[in-house]
Amino acid sequence: LPGAKSAVPGGFALEKLTSYQDATTYNNFYEFGTDKSDPAKNAHTLKTRPWTVAIEGECAKPGRYGIEDLLKLAPMEERIYRLRCVEGWSMVVPWVGYSLSELLKKAEPTGKAKYVEFTTLADKAQMSGVRSGVLDWPYIEGLRMDEAMHPLALLAFGMYGEVLPNQNGAPLRLVVPWKYGFKSAKSIVRIRFLEQQPVSSWTKAAQQEYGFYSNVNPKVDHPRWSQASERRIGEDGLFAKKRPTLMFNGYEPQVGQLYAGMDLKKNY
Amino acid sequence: MTSHAPAAAGRAAPASKARRHPLLHPAAKAVLFALCLGPLAWLVWRAFAGTLGANPAEAMIRGLGDWAMRLLWITLAITPLRQWTGQPTLARFRRMLGLFAFFYASLHLLAYGWLDMGLDLADIGRDIVKRPFILMGFAAWVLLVPLAATSFNRAIKALGAKRWQVLHRLVYVISVVGLMHFIWMRAGKNNFAEPAVYGGILAVLLGWRVWKKVKG
Repeated sequence: LPGAKSAVPGGFALEKLTSYQDATTYNNFYEFGTDKSDPAKNAHTLKTRPWTVAIEGECAKPGRYGIEDLLKLAPMEERIYRLRCVEGWSMVVPWVGYSLSELLKKAEPTGKAKYVEFTTLADKAQMSGVRSGVLDWPYIEGLRMDEAMHPLALLAFGMYGEVLPNQNGAPLRLVVPWKYGFKSAKSIVRIRFLEQQPVSSWTKAAQQEYGFYSNVNPKVDHPRWSQASERRIGEDGLFAKKRPTLMFNGYEPQVGQLYAGMDLKKNY
Repeated sequence: MTSHAPAAAGRAAPASKARRHPLLHPAAKAVLFALCLGPLAWLVWRAFAGTLGANPAEAMIRGLGDWAMRLLWITLAITPLRQWTGQPTLARFRRMLGLFAFFYASLHLLAYGWLDMGLDLADIGRDIVKRPFILMGFAAWVLLVPLAATSFNRAIKALGAKRWQVLHRLVYVISVVGLMHFIWMRAGKNNFAEPAVYGGILAVLLGWRVWKKVKG
């Protein structure tokens, strides 16, 4: 899946890429099991064709899009983003896709649309992990409207120049590089415009640990570990030093103004 | 189960001399010692071979923690196993197993302090105070220290068997604190499958003792 080098500011991190091997075998995708190695082992059962995404809620043009239409909706761009997991590790991944706003604009959200909710596939027949009660399925994530419309918020269809592997969220996923990884919903089947703030799956599971915003923030610790530093996957093995975590994962110049005046300790 | 074979053979054709039980064989302890070092050797080998996965530090820390817990559970299983199998000789391995549990717990703590915290003692101190699950794990290790320190025969004599036994009942508290450390670590990610297995086994091991006590 080819993509032209992105011109979006902040869209092309000049850092050493995480190896394809690590990026496709060390994944959190609970629909395929809770171990990091589970998704790579179990996700082959996911069928990504046919695939449709329903667009609903507070918009003038709701509808259903087939994956073929979505692939042609806007020109594909390659974006190299840092990915910071809430667990304290990070990667650098070259994604292929286009800004989420390209799709959202087509639906013509109304003035009432304050939030966007993403629902991902939860099919017991295709996803071995959905039988467990680890989370309340289906997986739900959400963004504020201005966050969703920010050009850095990416709708990704590929990585490393290839179509997304199933374990990385095929056939399409969100990538929101300034937020912890779990905000970037995988294998999306429904996008809904809402007036009220949706409740994310992880917020529902443990509200004191995972807030709605979940912006990468070295100054706001997770209740059970520090967020001040991170381990870059694939960097010099066992004795590699951790690197300091950057505010908004280093995307502060691009997204900082979205949160001007907000108490980020309260809105974690 | 191979340990039963010689006994059965002995019954079928009574030998003139009582055959030595394999658990009493002089090499038995050496074999167990080597077995207990196996997991460490395997982890170190994989670290050098680069096959510990994408996050080798995490794999090392967790692997050592897993084995500390497993060896502690095995140590706790000795007494019930002794009774169920009618093999009182199992008791002679208990001290070594317990010390290996302490050994792996110490390596687990060291790996956390080194690989995760870069041996920054001030940082480690803050982390222990701030985070309940780290505090739990650290408490379990601290409580293991006096047991390891009084594990040799002269300590038993010096303390007196009664007091020594009371002290070493701490192991029940340690096992529960250790399990809580594990549960708490997984709680935020709602991943309770493994803690449930360890918890279930511990419930049997401790429940059996309570049941024995109540039954008298």
